[in-house]
Amino acid sequence: MQRIGVFVCHCGTNIAATVDVVAVAEALQHEPGVVISKEYQYMCSEAGQELVKEAIKEHKLTGVVICSCSPRMHENTFRKAAAAAGLNPYMVEIANIREQCSWIHKDKTSGTEKAIILGRAAIAKVHLNAPLTAGQSPVIKRALVIGGGIAGIQTALDIADAGFEVDIVEKEPTIGGKMTQIDKTFPTLDCAACILTPKMVECAQNEKIRIHSYSEVSDVKGFVGNFNVTIKKKARFVDETKCTGCGLCTEKCPMKKVPDLFNLGMNNRRAIYIPFAQAVPKVATIDADYCNMLKNGKCGVCAKVCTAGAIDYKQQDQYIEEQYGAIVVATGFNPIKLDKYDEFAYSQSKDVITSLEFERLTNAAGPTSGTLLRPSDGKHPHTIVFVQCVGSRCDDSKGKSYCSKICCMYTAKHAMLTREKYPDTDVYVFYIDVRTPGKNFDEFYRRAVEQYGVHYIKGMVGKVTPKADGTLDVQASDLISNEQLHIDADLVVLAAAIEPDKSARPLATKLTASMDTNDFFTEAHAKLRPVESPTAGIFLSGACQGPKDIPETVSQAGAAAAKVIGLLSKNSLTCNPCVAQSDELMCNGCSACEKVCPYGAITYSEKEFRMPDRTTKLRRVASVNPAVCQGCGACTVTCPSGAMDLKGFSNRQIMAEVDAICK
Amino acid sequence: MQKAIIEKAKQLLADGTVNRVIGWKKGEFAYDSTPAVFESAEELENEFVYDDFTASNVSKYLIKESAKEGKVLVFLKPCDTYSFNQLVKEHRINRENVYVVGIECWGKADIEKIKARGISGIKSITNNEGTLTIETIYGTESIPTYEVMAERCLSCKSKKHVAYDELMGEEGEVIDSNRFDMVAQLENMTSEERYNFWRDQLSKCIRCNACRNVCPACTCEKCIFDNDNSGVANKAPADSFEENMFHIIRAFHVAGRCTDCGECSRVCPQNIPLHLLNRKFIKDINELYGEYQAGEDTESRGPLTAYTEDDCEPSVVHERGVE
Amino acid sequence: MQVNENKEFEPVIVAFCCNWCSYAGADLSGTNRLNYPANVKIIRVPCSCRVNPLFILRAFQRGADGVIICGCHPGDCHYTSGNYYARRRITMLFSMLDYLGIERDRTRLEWVSAAEGAKFAKTMNEFVEAVKKLGPNRRLEDLRCKKQ
Repeated sequence: MQRIGVFVCHCGTNIAATVDVVAVAEALQHEPGVVISKEYQYMCSEAGQELVKEAIKEHKLTGVVICSCSPRMHENTFRKAAAAAGLNPYMVEIANIREQCSWIHKDKTSGTEKAIILGRAAIAKVHLNAPLTAGQSPVIKRALVIGGGIAGIQTALDIADAGFEVDIVEKEPTIGGKMTQIDKTFPTLDCAACILTPKMVECAQNEKIRIHSYSEVSDVKGFVGNFNVTIKKKARFVDETKCTGCGLCTEKCPMKKVPDLFNLGMNNRRAIYIPFAQAVPKVATIDADYCNMLKNGKCGVCAKVCTAGAIDYKQQDQYIEEQYGAIVVATGFNPIKLDKYDEFAYSQSKDVITSLEFERLTNAAGPTSGTLLRPSDGKHPHTIVFVQCVGSRCDDSKGKSYCSKICCMYTAKHAMLTREKYPDTDVYVFYIDVRTPGKNFDEFYRRAVEQYGVHYIKGMVGKVTPKADGTLDVQASDLISNEQLHIDADLVVLAAAIEPDKSARPLATKLTASMDTNDFFTEAHAKLRPVESPTAGIFLSGACQGPKDIPETVSQAGAAAAKVIGLLSKNSLTCNPCVAQSDELMCNGCSACEKVCPYGAITYSEKEFRMPDRTTKLRRVASVNPAVCQGCGACTVTCPSGAMDLKGFSNRQIMAEVDAICK
Repeated sequence: MQKAIIEKAKQLLADGTVNRVIGWKKGEFAYDSTPAVFESAEELENEFVYDDFTASNVSKYLIKESAKEGKVLVFLKPCDTYSFNQLVKEHRINRENVYVVGIECWGKADIEKIKARGISGIKSITNNEGTLTIETIYGTESIPTYEVMAERCLSCKSKKHVAYDELMGEEGEVIDSNRFDMVAQLENMTSEERYNFWRDQLSKCIRCNACRNVCPACTCEKCIFDNDNSGVANKAPADSFEENMFHIIRAFHVAGRCTDCGECSRVCPQNIPLHLLNRKFIKDINELYGEYQAGEDTESRGPLTAYTEDDCEPSVVHERGVE
Repeated sequence: MQVNENKEFEPVIVAFCCNWCSYAGADLSGTNRLNYPANVKIIRVPCSCRVNPLFILRAFQRGADGVIICGCHPGDCHYTSGNYYARRRITMLFSMLDYLGIERDRTRLEWVSAAEGAKFAKTMNEFVEAVKKLGPNRRLEDLRCKKQ
């Protein structure tokens, strides 16, 4: 009989508010084998852990049940505590009475009842637990960074700086991400390209970094320390190794009417293109949707002019397989589509633009070479209205419930820069709140208002109507003076909410990483493990985890890199000891388990057995390599005799839980 | 035929190809032969039998016999060869130690069907070209064999031997049988009707384990239902659920491995049509994962140790048949 | 089966959740405070392929009124192929239970990813509702008892 200690956590009021923790501890006290049952405010705190350790020693406990948050949260904490008190860590079981009980059940009676049942199930399981010892698995000392924006670049540079190899997979033809499209950066107003492009070049030149541009992750297998990733290198119809980036092809290509997506379609480029002058790698890419040669076999100009012979119209998507020890997700963000916001006339007037389009209009490398001109007629705008929170902090289904965080600051920047360059222009900003919680952020905003005379008006724009004279009638309310306003604007700039890149969700699925309802990646702990995914070996960098500005992104990127470096600097990781085990006496030798094992961890051999009549007999039996087995349990169900069982999740343990729940 | 088989056995014993023979031995009555091992020509002459009642599938005995020294001769009917192959595939039979002679089978008689005609006091039964002549203490009766043929033989799936070292007589063919008709009929019933059907049947179970013991797919070193460490052992049922669990799990354990030899139903003293459970799995496998006949070969991967990425979802159960 | 004071039928529901996707999905529905009935009790297994039909029958034997298995979406198994094997096995078992005349809505398999907290809660709400409609699990148990 085990001597079991039960420890019920209040988790402050997280559990205690809807589960009567005292009643739970009291009820579980009477379960068979339980010698002590206690509740405490915060079991995971040092004092709480001390309580567990003390009890293990004092009551000579052989098993521990913690009724607390999810085992995905603190199983390790309590296992370590048990080990520190001399108990095998695998003699600890967690009853999840927070995520799977107190947080979802409002009624205290049923919540308490359920918590008791979950506690019983854990006790029933512990009765059948056996001490386990973990093996070791090697760590592949190379990292993969998915996404080559500023987040991915910084993470890769930091990892490479520590001496580890790192690959960047970027879906666009060049790394750089959104930051390449930005003109200047708040609150210092340095030019984005001036601070970003050196980092891009550094990535290209660093011997430890390999860039897979125009590539996507198509498959991920394996586990922390040993990921096996298939990368799809999309056909760009240009041999990367030969292309010198001279750009001759992009000048000679006769297909001139291709929307330039780098400039958000505000001007045109050719069918073969280099996204922008500082692209890394500086390699041309053919847009298969527009190239005449690829579409109907007529043209071939680029191949003729290319002196390097880099054009390859027959190029196919290529799949390469690589091994990594750690994976960093840095898939970034996009502004939301504004087609649901017809009240702002975005689709009706060329002069209603998004903030990112405004960035391109003010950028020296943009479609207007940096002169702020109205997209409709190329004239200088005299009145500009900025609208905040378009799709952010939205209650309805059109937009996002969250604050996009960066808009207040970049709008202040846009307003300020406009007033500085074109003092004859009136600038209005309509806002719900101005949020400036960052170093030198509020000072920056105050400068826009006080020094540059930007008209900040608290209130929302209700409607934008294009007028016959080409101006825009902006109808808005001023919440402070409680007036309805009409402004004749030449240009309206919408601060569109930002959302995670569309590629994030399918990627999360491949990585088995969690996401929230907005498709932002979930961190392992919102406060304490903000750059790790709950899935071991997966790390988060940048806006894929939540809206972030550049300084925040860069610091998170560095943090993610530090975590990766910590992982890669280990030679081996402690394996999961919950692996399959074959009872050779029961094994029939049928090979069914061997067939279903995805890791090839099961082998068969002839072994000599002593029979009851003292003769010996050769029998074919299965054995499991515990270093290779990952503990899925596929073999256990295939085995009709039950000879194959899984440590830590044995047939009897699971049935004991079933029995306890159904009792 | 019996004579030719005995001659073949004697010859193979004599020339040293094998040192013993597995076949059927006469029982107390004319209709209750039993599997047996023969080691001499005398034993064969005196006791070996092959007639309308030697229905046992003897392939299962090879697990033990093939593990012993020396080669063993076995006579296998077509349906037995499927079980044999399946056991070879699962490494349960040491193929090298077995000499297989395939023998013809035109269907076995079911003594229950004979008795159901009010025939009793049977002294002997002989087969004359399709007619059974039954000597009883009350006189002589004649019945065409097909009228009293065992149900499983009426829906025989194959007259072909899928494994042998030597074949006696003509090679038969795989038959496009009607063996799934009853399963289909059940599937077309309402849930309530199916439930009533199975309740009538399964409630008869006395849990004698005959079905398991005879089954050539149930070859575990120790059955989980006998293993005290499995957590599901039950020598005597503790509640009404145990037999259900036993039959469902047994069917599941042999799913994809059951060759549909029909021994389970043959030996059931309560006449529960247990083969209808196995046939359901076979029919499902054929329909959902492609035609598969267990024991057809010794190489192919069983349907439950394989998968395809576009397999149907379990909700397919909702889409098929009658609720 | 439990009967509360109002004599309303409260089914016992056992949910087997794979550690990597569905258990995390269940946690997420907790983190997001997405309610589902307390009837559902989750058992954590490493993978849906660890769920032995024996466990499901055992649950029914011991008084469960419904059993649901949740795993990673096909193609997303942490162990690459576990849920594919599970899918075949569970399909076979469910088909057999249906064949024996057991109500189809007592069993369910659902793929729930770690990101699908909302789907987890929705699935559990639906499942409990469906089992409530069926009432207590009698058939599987009564299969043994001869009709009077």
